Amino acid sequence: MYSIKKEALGSLLAAIGAKRKLYVPADNAGLILFTPYADGVSVNLSRNPDVSAKDFFFPQVENICRFKVCGKTVDVIDNREKNEDFVVFGVRACDVKSFEVLDNVFLSEPVDGYYKDRRDHSLIVTLACSKPLETCFCGTFGIDCAAPGGDVEAYACGDSYAFRAITEKGEAFLAELSLENGGDEAVEACKAKINEIKAKLPLSDLTTEGFGGGKTKDLFNNPKWAELSASCLGCGTCTFVCPTCQCYDIRDFDTGNGIQRYRCWDSCMYRDFTKMSAGQPRPSQLERFRQRFMHKLVYYPENNNGLFSCVGCGRCLRKCPQSLNIVKVMKALREDD
Amino acid sequence: MQELIKKGKELFANGTVDRIIGWTRGELPYDREIRVFRCAECFEKDFVYDAFCGANLSKYLIEESGKEGKIGVFLKPCDSYSFAQLIKEHRIKKENVYAVAIECYGKCDSRALADSVEDAIYWITDNGPELKIDTVSGAVVRNTYDYMLEKCAACKTKKHAPGCDETIGDEGEKVDDCTRFDIVAKLEAMTPEERFAFWRGELSRCIRCNACRNVCPACSCEHCVFDNPASGISQKAAADSFEENNFHIIRAFHVAGRCTDCGECSRVCPQHIPLHLLNRKFIKDINELYGEYQAGENPDERAPLTNYTKADCEPSVVYKRGGKN
Amino acid sequence: MSVNNEFRPKIVAFCCNWCSYAGADLAGTNRLQYPADVKIIRVPCSCRVNPMFILRAFQRGADGVILCGCHPGDCHYTSGNYFARRRMTLLFSMLDYLGIEKERTRVEWVSAAEGAKFAATMNDFVDTVTKLGPNRRLEDLRCKN
Repeated sequence: MYSIKKEALGSLLAAIGAKRKLYVPADNAGLILFTPYADGVSVNLSRNPDVSAKDFFFPQVENICRFKVCGKTVDVIDNREKNEDFVVFGVRACDVKSFEVLDNVFLSEPVDGYYKDRRDHSLIVTLACSKPLETCFCGTFGIDCAAPGGDVEAYACGDSYAFRAITEKGEAFLAELSLENGGDEAVEACKAKINEIKAKLPLSDLTTEGFGGGKTKDLFNNPKWAELSASCLGCGTCTFVCPTCQCYDIRDFDTGNGIQRYRCWDSCMYRDFTKMSAGQPRPSQLERFRQRFMHKLVYYPENNNGLFSCVGCGRCLRKCPQSLNIVKVMKALREDD
Repeated sequence: MQELIKKGKELFANGTVDRIIGWTRGELPYDREIRVFRCAECFEKDFVYDAFCGANLSKYLIEESGKEGKIGVFLKPCDSYSFAQLIKEHRIKKENVYAVAIECYGKCDSRALADSVEDAIYWITDNGPELKIDTVSGAVVRNTYDYMLEKCAACKTKKHAPGCDETIGDEGEKVDDCTRFDIVAKLEAMTPEERFAFWRGELSRCIRCNACRNVCPACSCEHCVFDNPASGISQKAAADSFEENNFHIIRAFHVAGRCTDCGECSRVCPQHIPLHLLNRKFIKDINELYGEYQAGENPDERAPLTNYTKADCEPSVVYKRGGKN
Repeated sequence: MSVNNEFRPKIVAFCCNWCSYAGADLAGTNRLQYPADVKIIRVPCSCRVNPMFILRAFQRGADGVILCGCHPGDCHYTSGNYFARRRMTLLFSMLDYLGIEKERTRVEWVSAAEGAKFAATMNDFVDTVTKLGPNRRLEDLRCKN
């Protein structure tokens, strides 16, 4: 365990940023967004950032390749961005868990090389949540926000920050920074305090009972879906702020002098999601809405040894324009029992 | 609120409506969902009208008024303009809707309020000018007026558009000292470089979730131009800064002259982009160049972009107007 | 062969079929000169031009976009150019509001008899845009190279 004073955080970040690309949660128009570290960036560690950290590994848009016609041949040019080592600072326990959910998808055969390359170049410094919010329910999925994991764990305790390496990579990273030892007691006190708050959270009693693999028949035709989805706008906010939503689309853009093929996030809330020549497999918003929650709570655990693809970060609770969310869905579907 | 519940029950009882669309409590203390109530009992039990009911119900009536039976709706002043505009565009079947005009004194920006509190919130008590917030580490108090939605802080009118069947409470007046164009004017006075930098900063946060489009009562197309794969626009990815500009210019342009300035686009934006500033620029230009116009106010008037006069200004007027160079 | 590095703007001119396109034709038959940087796109009426056409032209590499139609009152379809006039005024104002140089867009009324005006307008517009330099604020990087 290493410890620094709170005032020293700026110089620590500067030291990290001098060697590697560093991303920190920073203020931006009332939001907290992961931002490339630079002088004058206003670092804000008060709550979980508004947009999840999945963008680092599974970016919203990425180039795949470019096609150019030269006479009778077509040139395929690999124009994806080259990755360099980078550090993400201040990732919370829920987002760390989301990487596991994404890994199951992108790192199982066939491995997604684009994703894997970014995972290999990353170093994750996590931060324990000192102040979980009313929208937080990571405990429901067995996540402990007081023990976030990652490569290096950080704790904000009183007037100092404590760091602990979790992986070898993290060990080497901390060794480079030559920090002072200490902080063990403060971390224990900090953890105890977090656990005390956790027990008092409004959503602390939410459980996954009734959901998981094998529940498709019980839940799919539940008449509640109609009312639950009635006011859904069909926008993609919930899926785009979600740390575990991993659907994407591959599109070709005609640049006028060639074709740019790119991959971008897709959302099951959109009417053209998985649209085929035969039409849309889910023509109504009810079906699209149901798909999202069934995928998180039933289909994904069924294929991944019971791991839910919701991590309880609460972003959809905060961001849905019409106050629909997964907690409401879980509670409503369970009322029947 | 009691008056509204009484009215709703009465509408159910005398058979005027067979369902009512309104707000109800959601999962979180500041969440208000939209629900269609199908009986007087559930309406009485779950209907809510308070400081958090900012959502505009008008757009839901496009679908609901196409169904059998008659639906009741409560309309705040700004919602009533969207409602009137949709009737004018033949998108809502008026004969299937019973609209009740209700008063509004401004709604709370629940996200800003929640973000202002560091701890988890249990409950919020609305005491009029004050909001008492119970959190895990004790109660805090916030001034209601500091956390109003932008659309309410710059409220243009407390008077309803024509087309409501009845009014509960007193009909309000237009707000004389409305400040809604202040920031537009401030931007206009900047240099193009400053404006460009401002909008790059704002629009670069866009994640293309399309919430602004989907919530907008004026965006009522069955199939949006951005959803057309043949259009060459990547509808769900801001693949380039051009795409961000393109989407936001066209989104605002397609509702120009029909936008009632209900402010829903900015309310729902998860990335806090001030989208209303684009819509208001069009409204301000229309007012200045073609005469004062409020969409939804007059059912018989032609909209500014489907109308013309021979004496209209030339596009070159843009070279002379506003801004430093 | 020497390489000329001087900036030559790409100009897109939307011309209505009935007046301005015929005006351009007349400029040609009269051998009036205007830069070859102007690429004309013929449209049935100035009112056919949708704001997305203008933006698309910029996206695909145009440095300036000009719309030419019949003089107000002379529209082949009676009122098309009146509607185009309002639309373009609002669009140009919005582009200016976003900080995009307002001189990159223009509307000019050119009749079938105004070959000389067509050539003069194009010469002037090309000059203006050349001075502004390449379009940077409304470009799509994917469309470069």
